[in-house]
Amino acid sequence: MWQTIRNWFDPQELRSVGTTPDYRFSLANERTFLAWLRTGLALIAGGLAAAQFLPTLSLAHLREAIAVALLLLGGTVAIRAVDHWARTERAIRLGEELPASRFPAVLALIVGVGALLLVAAVLAGAVD
Amino acid sequence: MTASRDPGLQPERTRLAWRRTALAMTVVAMLTVRLALHAGPVGAALAALAVVGWGVVVQVCWRRATGTGVSRTGGRVLAVPGLATAGFALLGAVLILRGL
Repeated sequence: MWQTIRNWFDPQELRSVGTTPDYRFSLANERTFLAWLRTGLALIAGGLAAAQFLPTLSLAHLREAIAVALLLLGGTVAIRAVDHWARTERAIRLGEELPASRFPAVLALIVGVGALLLVAAVLAGAVD
Repeated sequence: MTASRDPGLQPERTRLAWRRTALAMTVVAMLTVRLALHAGPVGAALAALAVVGWGVVVQVCWRRATGTGVSRTGGRVLAVPGLATAGFALLGAVLILRGL
């Protein structure tokens, strides 16, 4: 765990393993990281907007619950993006298989289920 | 580097990705400041914190977006926007839960 976090901040150590790849692979990995970061930022912006621009919902604190859930999801996406970038960079340098991840599928499921729950809430009249 | 060596224009695409990220970060920072300014004196301090965090991140994004950057790919600068994003999420959650 501590070692993992150190890897985020200590590129020298990351650069000491394996061989330096074609810079285009590193740039592609960096762009993937940035795309994930923007995904997290979009979730956070959604949460902040829900808290400030949704009217108070008839179900107590539903608005705040939606907002905090989106914020936590966005924060998790951002942290995981840094970790995934470091692990991918390491794998590229060592010529290993890229790290497999269930995270995209889990995120898609959470967002999809959340959307379905909101549809159900709208239909049930909990949200005016 | 010449176009024949890099038909994919990888450095330019990466620079544009940093710019998009800075723009997204700006939207989040503005929403955070707006939320914080409705939370009293403590909120004003947290708004100032959000502005400082935004400044640090945008500076990193700007350096990556305007430099050639090829020889300095990756590195610790990536952790700065990543952790700042998580920080904005945490700050927003604290402000929302304080307002309950």
